Order: sequence, then structure tokens, then C-alpha cells
Amino acid sequence: MNFFARFAQNRGALVGLIILTMIILMAISAPLLFPESPWRMVQRPFLPPLELDGFPMGTDTMGRNVAAGLMHGAWVSLLIGLVSTFVALVIGVPLGAIAGYYGGLLDDALMRFTEFFQIIPNFALAIVLVAIMQPSVTSIVLAIALVSWPPVARLVRAEFMSLRHREYVEAARLVGQSNRTIILRQILPNAMSPIIVMASLMVATAILLESSLSFLGLGDPNVMSWGYMIGAARTVIRQAWWLSFFPGLAILLTVLALNLVGEGLDDALNPKLSRERS
Amino acid sequence: MNHTTDTPLLSLQGLTIALPKGADRAYAVENLSYDVQRGEILCVVGESGSGKSMAANAVMGLLPKGVRPVDGKAIFADQDLLSITEKQHRELRGLRIGMIFQEPMTALNPLMRVGAQISEVFEAHGQLNGAERSIKALELLTEVGLPEPEKAIRAYPFQLSGGQRQRVMIAMALALEPELLIADEPTTALDVTTQAQILDLIIDLQKRHGMAVMFITHDFGVVAEIATRVCVMRQGKIVELGEARDVLANPQHEYTRALIEAIPSDVVPEARGAETDTPLLDVKNLNKVFRSKGGLFKPAREVRALNDVSFSLVKGETIGIVGESGSGKSTLGRCIVRLETPDSGLMSLSGTDFMTLHGESLRRERKRVQMIFQDPYASLNPRTRVGMAIAQGPIANGIPKQKALAQADDLLELVGLANTADRFPHEFSGGQRQRIGIARALALEPELIVADEAVSALDVSIQAQILELLEDLKQKFSLSLLFITHDLRVAAQICDHIIVMQHGRIVEQGPARDIFLAPQQAYTRQLLDAIPGRPEATEIAS
Repeated sequence: MNFFARFAQNRGALVGLIILTMIILMAISAPLLFPESPWRMVQRPFLPPLELDGFPMGTDTMGRNVAAGLMHGAWVSLLIGLVSTFVALVIGVPLGAIAGYYGGLLDDALMRFTEFFQIIPNFALAIVLVAIMQPSVTSIVLAIALVSWPPVARLVRAEFMSLRHREYVEAARLVGQSNRTIILRQILPNAMSPIIVMASLMVATAILLESSLSFLGLGDPNVMSWGYMIGAARTVIRQAWWLSFFPGLAILLTVLALNLVGEGLDDALNPKLSRERS
Repeated sequence: MNHTTDTPLLSLQGLTIALPKGADRAYAVENLSYDVQRGEILCVVGESGSGKSMAANAVMGLLPKGVRPVDGKAIFADQDLLSITEKQHRELRGLRIGMIFQEPMTALNPLMRVGAQISEVFEAHGQLNGAERSIKALELLTEVGLPEPEKAIRAYPFQLSGGQRQRVMIAMALALEPELLIADEPTTALDVTTQAQILDLIIDLQKRHGMAVMFITHDFGVVAEIATRVCVMRQGKIVELGEARDVLANPQHEYTRALIEAIPSDVVPEARGAETDTPLLDVKNLNKVFRSKGGLFKPAREVRALNDVSFSLVKGETIGIVGESGSGKSTLGRCIVRLETPDSGLMSLSGTDFMTLHGESLRRERKRVQMIFQDPYASLNPRTRVGMAIAQGPIANGIPKQKALAQADDLLELVGLANTADRFPHEFSGGQRQRIGIARALALEPELIVADEAVSALDVSIQAQILELLEDLKQKFSLSLLFITHDLRVAAQICDHIIVMQHGRIVEQGPARDIFLAPQQAYTRQLLDAIPGRPEATEIAS
């Protein structure tokens, strides 16, 4: 059975993939459907959804098109979610793998370093980092990555610690495989499931974290994002529900889709198709 | 309880239990009928997957989810156990039917004192008051022969050994004097000497209380030791049912015969003598101490796993290292393949000092000594295709990938698994996986193979096949083998020399025949006597 067939066996994952594809298509087609900047004021403010042609989601407090903002925002939110998760994995996985595999002093040193990041509340650190580096997409991605790698390192370390004493790892040592090969070929593939699940959740948290930053006014002032839209709508939530509802729904669907896809990937990568267990 | 003996205590009539869809067969057991008479020990024997435990689980109302009885009856004390309510079932459990499980390590609650766990049995059935319960618990612990019962009653399970925990389990099962005791492989996880003691205890208690015992096991040795009657099962069906004596001495069905023949016999093959006198492995005064760091409230612990161990192995020879758990036999094996580093001593492999090697030089020399692991499920990477698993060794040692994979194909054919290289480990049975493990060890053409309990996780018939394969390969490649096992009989079958270990020391060593037929040390004799079913086995053999 090929990879996709195995992936598709999980119905939920297929649904997730469809939602995710739609969101990506949305992000790609944004400049075509709404060639104008989403920041431009195009109608009177507080126009409810479906009232006027061309404004299916109404307009916001300044008369900007909500639909345009949502489509353009998809790109930024996805980009920030995926890239920051990728960066966090690039930092966290090797660190955790080395700490867990070698143990001893190296483990102690790396874990103290990790704890150094963990003792500062995530969000507070992210705010400080963005404030210092000036708000921009790059600085937001970096800040989010820097606050979210420690749990990855911890998780990978724990997996490696329990896997390194398995008999098949010992067998690999016995046949003379190098430490690098053992880490990459023997242990890492077996530690993939929890990493994938965690990564899909991290993309979701990253999108939420970006929303929170934008909400506080620390978003990139040049790009529209879902978080910014919700943040700007907070004061008028009772008069204009649609301003926070649509971006909120978009975040919810993206997060849900990512979790479903993550679960499906995990199944597809596992040769035993672990979902069959009763 | 003066029933006439001809009404059986428990009667299974045409019991059929369905497995969930997608299982390897439709029914766990099919049309199963047997009786358990009062005061007898019925042994239900079969290999793994034969459904031998299923009937017991149905009787206890402990069938796993998705598995349900579809036909037949289980009559116990005039009621059909399959049709009574869960509440009625709960009242029977413990009170009239007791059960002992296989794993004494996990069957007890680790956070509860032993005494409290026994008292709980009375509590569950609303019997006695608090003080009486503790007194009764103490009596029970005394009866099952736990040393220092006053102390044991306050102990937590982790403070007791495996055998002692099994005694506690038995005490719990006996607490309410059940009429039927179901014992599901109660001695499988124990050492031979402990097993012998527990078997004696069960026989003794059975006689004293006049209970019926349904004893589930895979081991015909145990059957010979305790059974009144035997029921042999295979793939959910009864193959043979009869008096233990008749079945053992004169098995009717060929499967029973095969099972009995598969027991390593007491007939020790003639000494073969090594083909050469070239010393291959020379071990001198090996020591290894495991230290656990002490904490604020616990003292540091030291375990002497190896204490001045010396022996040597000639090329083409097979040495068996025999001992109970904790004897240091596995540590010795792991030191020799250098998964552990000994603290002191000398170890040379055809002249090279194998002990001081480390880092890159060790990695390069590793291929000279390979290992076959105990657990065929844990020793293969679940995400690596078996061909690749075998080829990894040669690839790591610089052989091109294509060639290594081709070699892996040949090796798989050699161990009887042709054309399976692109499958994943979970598609194989335990015995097949062990063959893959052997192929992997052979792939590097090692000078010495260490087999650590390589057959103890397997069913007897599979065990016999794997031993045959090893014997075969030994001839073909003139392998030198270090065979670590807890089973003296297995060692006697395959080894030229045997080393008996206890508490990290070598107690006795010599030619297999001498050790087995004329042991010099008391400990060796004790090990031999503890082997279940020995007298009968000798009878059959002679």
C-alpha cells in the first residue's frame, strides 16, 4: 500500500487535508480575487455580511473588506505557523536527541540550557523578543520559534532515553553502526509519532500566539493577519459580531485541519497501522 | 460439600467464543467441552494462540472487549456462567472461583501493602471485620509459606521476590476457600527452583482444601509434575483429553506426541569435542559491579554481577552459561559483546585484547562478536524492513548497499524465510523473528555468537526448530557459540561445555555430559532437581 492510500484510510485525516488545501488555495488566490490591499477602506464601516454584493463578510470599523482581510491573512497566519514550527523543530529535535542519546554531563548541560528558556513564561518572552527586534514577519516567526522549542527538546529527549536501551538499538550498536546512523535511522523514526502530533499542535499554537501578539498591537503593521483582525474587532464585538467571528472560525478550522492531518501522517508512517488496535 | 463425584464442579459444554473481525481465525475456541471434577488438577496445555486461556477467562467473566461467547454453556454449581449477570458473576469470583495470574509483578497493586490487599478480598464480599481480616490475612500468608509472615504482611509488593509475590497471589485466591482455583500460567515467569516450590505449594493446598484446580500451562514438564488429567489444545480445539499418565506415556494424537517430543530430553548427546584447539575467547577474572547512586534517604546499592569469572572457549565450540535470574549470566554475555564494559579483568578474542577497545576502534572490531537477543519482538526495529535490518551491519562496515541487500536475501533463505526481505517485522511470528535475528547475527560473519536466552520466549515446538537451525548453522559455518540460558536441558542439548553461575560466580564448569549426568556441586543438583517433570521424562527417554 502506498503512502497516500495509508494516509487516506484515516477519514478524519482526509477531511483535514481537504480543509487545509482550501485554506492554502485561499491564501494563493487572495491577490487574484482581491488585488487591492486589504488595508484599503472601500465601503462604509460596519457593513453587515451579505448586505452588499462584493462584501460577503461585511466591512470592519474602518470600512475595510473583511473577506479580503481573511484571504490575505490566511497567507501570513499559515506562513507564521508553519515556519516557526519548522524552526522550533530544527532547534528542539537535535538538542533533545543528543541529550537523550548520550546522557550524562552533556544531557545535564543541554537540559539546564533548555530550562533557562522554560522558566520565562512563553508569551512574556515572545512579547519582549518582538518588541526588541521590531515587529515584522521575520521577528514574529523567530520569537515564536524561540519560545516553543523547549517542549520539543524535552519530548524528544524522553523518547530517546526510553528507546536507546531497546534491543534493536543495542543490536545496531553491535553491528558497528555509528552513533549518527543509530540516532537518525534507528531511534528517530520510532520517535516520530509523538513529534508529529506535537508539531501539528505547535502550528496551531503558533497561529494563536501570532494572533495574541497582533491583538496586543505587536503584529507586523504591513501585513493583514487573522490575529490582527480579531484584535482590532475586540472593542466592537457586541455591535459587529462578524468582525471577530470569521477570522476566529478560520483559525479554528486551520487548527482542526492541522491536527487531523498530523494524526493521519502518524498512522501513515507507522507500518503497523496502529489505529487498528482495539 | 458431599456431592457425588460424578457431577463435575465445572462443566464446559460446546463452548464457542468468537473473536472480533480481522483476527487470524473466527473463533478463539470452538465447540470446547470438558469437565473439571472436584479435587482434581486439570491441566489445559497448548502453545501460544491455542485459546487455552480463553475458556478460563469466559468462566471468570473476564473476556477481553470484542470477544464474546456465541454458543455453548459453562455450568458451575447449577448455573450457566455465560448467562448470569455481571453482579452474580462478581459474587462468584473470589468466593467460589479463585484465580492466579501469570505475571506476579503486575497482578498486585504496587502502592498497597500485601496485608491490605488480602483483606480487600474479604471486604469485597462483605465478610469479617477489620481486625479479623488482618488475622486471617496473616494465617493465609503463613499457610502459603511466606517467610516471616508478620513482616511480609506490612511489605509492599516491590519488597518481595517474584516467587513470594506469587505466594501472595495464591493467598488472595485462597482467602475465601473457593471450590475451583484457576491458575493461568502461574509459574511461567519464575525461575525453575521457585517454580518447583510454587508447584509443590499448589499441590499441597489442593490436597488440604480439596479444591479443584484448572491449571493452564504450555509446559509438559509442569503437566507431568502436577496433573491428574490433561486437556491438550490446538487452535481453539481439543486435540486430546485424558488421564495425565496415559497422555504422557502414550499420546494418541500426533500433535501431543510432537509437543512431548519437543521437550528437551534428558538424553545428552555424545560429547562431540571441539574441532580445533585454537583458543578463540579467553576470559580471565572478569568483574562487574552495578552501583545505584544513593539518594538522601536511600543508601547506595551495589550488586556484584560478575565476580572473578574466568573461562575460555575454543574455536568451533559451544559453551552454555546456565543460571537463574540474577546470576550474572546475561551481564557476562553483554560484557563479552561489549554492550557493558567490565570493571576489571582480561578478555581477549583470538589474541586481540577486546576489553580495552573503545570508540572508533571498538566500532570497527564489533563485527567479530555478534549477539542473538532474547526478545524477538523487541530486537527488531519495527520501522525497518527485515532485509534492511540484516543488511545494516554489512553496510555499516563498508559493504555497498546493493551487495549487502543481496546477501540479506541469501541469509533469509538460509534461515528458511526466502523472499521476505521487504516485509516489516510485525508481519512475522515470534519464531520467524528469531530466525531473522539469527540471520542478522550471521550477516557479519562473526567469529563468535552470543545467544542470550535466544529460545526462552518461544513455544516448545518452535524452540526445538530454532535449536535445530542453530545446530545446523554451527555445522555449516563452524560457528563458535556462547549460549546463555536458564534451562539446563536446553543447554545440555546444544552445548559442548556448560558453565553454571550463581550470584555472579561460576559454580561449576565442565563438559555438558558430566554436568548434566554427574553434577559435583549442590547448586547444580538443585537446578537439575527443580526441572519439572524430570522422572517422567527420563522414563520416556529410556
